[in-house]
Amino acid sequence: MLLAPGEWQIVRFTLAACALSTVLILPVGLAIAWPLARHRWPGKLLVETLVTLPLVLPPVATGLLLLKFFGRRGPLGNFLHQQLGIDIVFTWRAVVVAAAVMSFPLLVRSARVGFQSVNQRLEQIARTLGASNARVFFTVTLPLASRGIVAGIVLAFARAVGEFGATILVAGNIPRKTTTLSLEIFESVQLGHDATAYRLLLLCIVIAFGAVWLSEVLMKRSQLR
Amino acid sequence: MKLEIRQLVLPLEQFAIELDVDLDNARTAIFGPSGSGKTSLLEIIAGLRRPQTAEIRLDGQLFESTAQSYSLPIRSRRIGYVPQDDSLFPHFSVRRNLLYGSKGHANDRVLSFDHITEFLEIGSLLHRDVRSLSRGENQRVAVGRALLSAPRLLLLDEPLTGLDAKLKQTILSKLQSLHGEFGTPILYVTHDPAEAIQICDEVVMIESGRIIRRGDPRKLLA
Repeated sequence: MLLAPGEWQIVRFTLAACALSTVLILPVGLAIAWPLARHRWPGKLLVETLVTLPLVLPPVATGLLLLKFFGRRGPLGNFLHQQLGIDIVFTWRAVVVAAAVMSFPLLVRSARVGFQSVNQRLEQIARTLGASNARVFFTVTLPLASRGIVAGIVLAFARAVGEFGATILVAGNIPRKTTTLSLEIFESVQLGHDATAYRLLLLCIVIAFGAVWLSEVLMKRSQLR
Repeated sequence: MKLEIRQLVLPLEQFAIELDVDLDNARTAIFGPSGSGKTSLLEIIAGLRRPQTAEIRLDGQLFESTAQSYSLPIRSRRIGYVPQDDSLFPHFSVRRNLLYGSKGHANDRVLSFDHITEFLEIGSLLHRDVRSLSRGENQRVAVGRALLSAPRLLLLDEPLTGLDAKLKQTILSKLQSLHGEFGTPILYVTHDPAEAIQICDEVVMIESGRIIRRGDPRKLLA
């Protein structure tokens, strides 16, 4: 399938931004998924609800929230602009932020299932063999939860690639700057560039199909353990 | 080996475990019907389970004291624990399982990797996937892994359950000479009189969480 040079740039930018967002949310997602899977603590229900919120809120509503929050007059946006000279809104960073927030729930939910599937008896055995908590986590818990975690990574990445509503609000659709696959498809349809739209559509289907399929396979294996 | 258990209380669903006992025999069987609290007792000793009240010491070292709100962390107890169910790490090979708790006793020939794998006849399994092991192989590797961590006390929870008679006898003879070979004291949980008689010098009989008798297994169980 041949794409125009401009279209290749969009594909590369989308995949890079989504990969970055997935890498950024991974440690945070694991740090939240693990206590959600294991412990009871005050405020757990609240955290569960907050984490799930981007999944059920209209993406545009989440985008508007991010716009207010990261805008130059927003609490975090103001801080970043004043202290570090970094602007988020209407830059490539906003694409990453929107993708991260929108795909976060999928990562956490899947990683949580992964952690829940780990036989805690094996962690106890590791401790009787002299392992510290950190060693138990990295040599027993994490590897045994890995299928759920990998499935979550794949799903989160795919969700990030498909992100539209929040992105268009917080990042706009600036050619060669913030235009992603989804935004370009929308734009092409609007302008009647049907051939471009369908080419990119096919590409989206391939990426999404592969990601969800991989995630399903990994999830099934995780449950078979 | 001296294991002191004072005023141990742990309420279970049907009854409460209530024990006050000193165990100082290097090969002791905890004998009783299933559901009599044997496994819970081992879990408390290993630190996997908290009693309601207790003061437990091994060779003078405090393991647990509810009065002082103290519980020695599991990893500092140096207790080898082989539970009844499969306990090997499924994502490691047999070799990596064995070496997980090994302190690398280069100078200790008795507790060396080679000696232990030879004694338990698991040398040929080292590169196998754990999930491909039979039950008997699984249990021998689990015992080997526990031994390699140089435990001060080895807890074996019905390790022969689910094995056929012939294999049972083979492993029984290994366990019988295990203390003599490695010097590791054993606390052996079973509901089979023959196992207790063959492996242990003393039996503590438990029913519904309480000791009903203790003594020479050959006299009490034969």
